[in-house]
Amino acid sequence: MIAEPFVVLKDVAKRWNGQLGVEDISLDIDEGSFVALLGPSGCGKSTSLRLLAGLELPDEGSIWIQGRDVTTSAASDRNLSMVFQSYALFPHLSVAENVIFGLKVRRVPRTERAAKLANALQITGLEGLENRKPAELSGGQRQRVALARAIVAGQKLCLMDEPLSNLDAKLRNSVRKDIKKLQRDLGITVVYVTHDQTEAMSMADKVVLMKDGRIQQVGSPDDLYNRPANTFVAEFVGAPPMALIESHIVDGVQPGLTLGLRAEKISIVPSGEGRLSCRVSEAEFLGSETLIGLEHEGAVGLTVMRPGLSMLPVGEHIDITFNDQDLHMFNEAGERITGH
Amino acid sequence: MSNHVNLERRRQAIYGWLLLSPAALMLSIFAFYPSVATFWSSLFTRNTRRKPSEFIGTENYADLFADPTFWLVVKNNLFYAGITIPVSIAIALAMALWANSKIPLRGFVRTAYFTPTVLPMIAAANLWLFFYTPGLGVLDQIGSLFGLPSVNWLGQPETALWAIIIVTIWKEAGFFMIFYLAALQTIPEDLKEAADIEGASRWTYTRRIVLPLLMPTTLFIMVNAMINSVKLIDHLFILTKGGPSDASKLILYYIWEMAFAFFDAPHAAAMTILVLAVLCIVAAIQFLYLDRRTHYQ
Repeated sequence: MIAEPFVVLKDVAKRWNGQLGVEDISLDIDEGSFVALLGPSGCGKSTSLRLLAGLELPDEGSIWIQGRDVTTSAASDRNLSMVFQSYALFPHLSVAENVIFGLKVRRVPRTERAAKLANALQITGLEGLENRKPAELSGGQRQRVALARAIVAGQKLCLMDEPLSNLDAKLRNSVRKDIKKLQRDLGITVVYVTHDQTEAMSMADKVVLMKDGRIQQVGSPDDLYNRPANTFVAEFVGAPPMALIESHIVDGVQPGLTLGLRAEKISIVPSGEGRLSCRVSEAEFLGSETLIGLEHEGAVGLTVMRPGLSMLPVGEHIDITFNDQDLHMFNEAGERITGH
Repeated sequence: MSNHVNLERRRQAIYGWLLLSPAALMLSIFAFYPSVATFWSSLFTRNTRRKPSEFIGTENYADLFADPTFWLVVKNNLFYAGITIPVSIAIALAMALWANSKIPLRGFVRTAYFTPTVLPMIAAANLWLFFYTPGLGVLDQIGSLFGLPSVNWLGQPETALWAIIIVTIWKEAGFFMIFYLAALQTIPEDLKEAADIEGASRWTYTRRIVLPLLMPTTLFIMVNAMINSVKLIDHLFILTKGGPSDASKLILYYIWEMAFAFFDAPHAAAMTILVLAVLCIVAAIQFLYLDRRTHYQ
């Protein structure tokens, strides 16, 4: 048996009367993996998901799920489930009715329906809320109803469109863990759209970073963080993002390049001993560390991380240093120069 | 401390009454007082020069119940309501669903459906008079193309009420459509998408999701259609005047006739009270019973 990827997108494009859609989307998704589509708003990540779901049809390319060409299939023939950003719960139906809506449509027998409902409610911790209407639930509970509806039918593929963006920050952290656990326990394949890199990096096996309708990089969170394919990825991933430095201001490096440098690789040294001399532009205390923002005319986003509370007065000049092996190099087009 | 609270409460009460008073005043003058006065006058005989008015209790009502024309008119009106209400609601819903989908010339379609509503009923009735006129009318002209005989739609008892019913439906469906259209636009697009992914057909989606979500609108339209089925009689004056032989006479037309053609105000008053009572009961049932089964967002 050939281990064919579970989901394949081949050169998919979608255009909206000249407006930006998506171009050249090619992607392989393995069964049981957690794939995050990440990018700023308007980058085409939601469009890609909707193409995969069958809510939009591509202008070019083909989509395969479980070895079957589903490019023009209806959404219901693709054997997938979806969690919407707004949850899309039916407001007049109770929690139980919402969850089993799809089972009823597919004429699943009553006893089987009840068993699946009980199971889905138990997994999502919604027992006791069966008869509530969505309006009577909190945001987190509604979100779990949407999850329960997505898993009740036992589809192998689940698409999630920014499912956490309507939750407050604290809840988001716990639901993030719940979703990841759910995906592992059920062994389902999840394609997850988000604009929040923390979500993507912490949950996904594979992150697809997009910009302006095109894929910038596909890789593990480690790849994206430690081997960004271009300057966009370098600046998008990580908090604080990677600093970009024009190479001519650094001694011992070939000029004409852009250098990338992570904040944790920079250290402050006594005046006169550093490789760059910068001015402190801001200081941000985060609890376990303090981020010192630096200004230099040949660099953007220079930041130093110092442990604990360690503020520096704005306007002070400090010297910094770093090792050559921690530098990422990008050519004029912003592409990573490999071999380094 | 409690002095403050009392003062504040009293001030709120004064605001409340001040805000209520214009409506309360208008309603009292033009609705409550006339209703009570009507009820009062329905208990007396007619005031003529020879016989002054005297109290007779429920005799006027007894007269009405013994009047075959009254029962014919009641039957006509029930039939009229029984056809116009469901049919105009169904047509309004169908038109709204269509005008809400992604079709070419959507703006034109919506305007076209709404046009009958902006016409005054008198103008609409004159228009339909032209359609229905035997020989000259559009219906007969079309019929003659297929060799059908001329029909006097308004002039024969079997068809007169139907002709009136069709004018009413034509007039009202577009109006009700606007309410459905507005309600349909509040249903989020992603409910349809969620239903699509679950494999629901268009019909299932309409039946299980759209119609329940439109229930508040349907209830509102039903109450309106019911009231209209009693109160909208302008077209009778133009088209049939209740004839022939009372075949198309509706209850409000009969009340008008009783009061201003036969100058029998007490009987007209009694009939008015009966209509009010029936309307109150039906509206109460609609709101108390259907309200509980309706989902409000």
